Amino acid sequence: MSKKYTPIQKVGITSRQLILILITSMAAVPGYLMVTGSLKTQEEFLNSPWSLPLHPNFKGYSAAWNDQFPTWFRNSFFVTLLAVLITLVMAACAAWGFAHWKWKGRDTVLGILISLMVVPPVVLLIPLFTLGAKLGWISTFRMLILVYIGLMLPFSIYLLTNFFRAIPVSLTEAAEIDGASDFRTFRSVVLPLSGPPLITLTIVNLLWAWNELLLALVFLQSDDKKTLMVGITGFQSRYSLSIPTIMAGMTIATLPLFITYIFGQRYFITGLTAGSVKGE
Amino acid sequence: MIKSVPTEFGITAPRKLGAVTGRSSRSGPFLWILPAGMCVILIFGYSIIDLVQQSFKYRGDWVGFENFSLVLTDPLFRIAIFHNFLLLFTVPILASLSFLCAVLLFETRKGMKFYRSAVFLPYILPIPVIGVVFGQLLQLNGALNSALRAMGFENLALDWLGDPGQALWTMSAIIIWKEVGFGTILILARLISLPLETIEAARIDGAGFFRLHLKVTLPQLKPVILFYIINEAIVMVSWVFNYVYVMTNGQGGPGNATVVSELYIYRSAFQNKSPELAATAALLLLLATLIFIIGFFKIQRNTNRGVFNE
Repeated sequence: MSKKYTPIQKVGITSRQLILILITSMAAVPGYLMVTGSLKTQEEFLNSPWSLPLHPNFKGYSAAWNDQFPTWFRNSFFVTLLAVLITLVMAACAAWGFAHWKWKGRDTVLGILISLMVVPPVVLLIPLFTLGAKLGWISTFRMLILVYIGLMLPFSIYLLTNFFRAIPVSLTEAAEIDGASDFRTFRSVVLPLSGPPLITLTIVNLLWAWNELLLALVFLQSDDKKTLMVGITGFQSRYSLSIPTIMAGMTIATLPLFITYIFGQRYFITGLTAGSVKGE
Repeated sequence: MIKSVPTEFGITAPRKLGAVTGRSSRSGPFLWILPAGMCVILIFGYSIIDLVQQSFKYRGDWVGFENFSLVLTDPLFRIAIFHNFLLLFTVPILASLSFLCAVLLFETRKGMKFYRSAVFLPYILPIPVIGVVFGQLLQLNGALNSALRAMGFENLALDWLGDPGQALWTMSAIIIWKEVGFGTILILARLISLPLETIEAARIDGAGFFRLHLKVTLPQLKPVILFYIINEAIVMVSWVFNYVYVMTNGQGGPGNATVVSELYIYRSAFQNKSPELAATAALLLLLATLIFIIGFFKIQRNTNRGVFNE
């Protein structure tokens, strides 16, 4: 960095840095208040919400965790994990079907699939609820998992199809000449090459399913079946008199996501830039 | 570094798998697609057909367009749609802010990774958490107002969420706060993958920061910015339920100040027990989204040319 800058350039660089610092702090403010608030007492928070917790105490955490948090956590883990895994397997197979064979109408089907990515979940809510009620599946995990799988599939298939199509055809042909079956080619040639997109997809789907509120709210109505997101939505009114407990609960709910994000940042960004249109 | 977008592999790959026709297939594609296909058809196909049917019926009887006229004349539905329309005004703000952030990050060498993670962080936070934390932050005597009062801006300390004239704007500010990270990352990823020659050439010709990015960078980023705009427009019309539900305890208050179409549907179905009206409103929402889907699809075609149409 021996490059010399003119004074004007220096002003430009400094002001840009300052703007970035401003933007960063704005992005960080709620997180800061959440974490520091969780370590304060109610009076400390009300008197000086912005100060650092000088005498951190963990009463908020024990209060939050002694509520139904462990149950909600378990439910969220169970639903998210199962939905994401099944989606991954189904999407990988389907994407292989789209990428490996050219058949009449394939591009039309793919086109329809892409447009399904933007259908808002609220549109599907009433028909699926009626269906769930007919089957007696309201307040069962299998209903929510099924709906999640259906909603995650279009994007998942789209992402993987794009990737599978980029695998050089010579590789799969070589395997076939050696007498490998379609399944064998898929498992031993295609899947080992597809680590990064599969990780990307898993992370994007994990975050989506973990954060989903509307469907979980409607399909899991009994108290012991609630997911974390539904739980913390009601948590606020129950603990309206203890802000540290609320903040501690929010911190606990964010932690798994934060860890996933830190470790999977690169893959997550790849997934989003691959043309994702996932909202919440 | 951000890895290049997977969709682009297909453009550069000399031969594509799907290009082979007439392959003597031993299992055929349909068995592979069947499980996923059935699931998608059940969730989307069944739902949309059922939705259309329900919206023409009342307690099982055919009523023609009666539900539609009921919904369309319901003042609350009109208010909800109007609120969605107002939320659309955040889209240009989002696009410009994201572009600005992306360019700033692109120009910064020192600490770029740190800033990038920080700017992106709001996007991954769950909306229920955001709603609860902002709800506390924006109380009349909350953290923001106490900071404003301490700095002497007494007049700016508004009742952010309690004032009906203010609540929707507060909500849009929160949505902007969260969604800007997505746009920044999206645009930055494209920016990094642009050929450096044009930017360098413009620099050598003496183009300053603003000229360079407005005249050289912006035109090249047009497809990705358009994609983001369409995407966010869809978000504002049909994916804002979570914000409203969490911040107003499912009521869309104060009064009806933050009722949006999704909340209208949810309330009609589960609080007022009239699923037919909810289905009708949902069908109307789907039709509105369809307009955006078509736009989205056109951009997809232009940016991914060669991936889906060989």
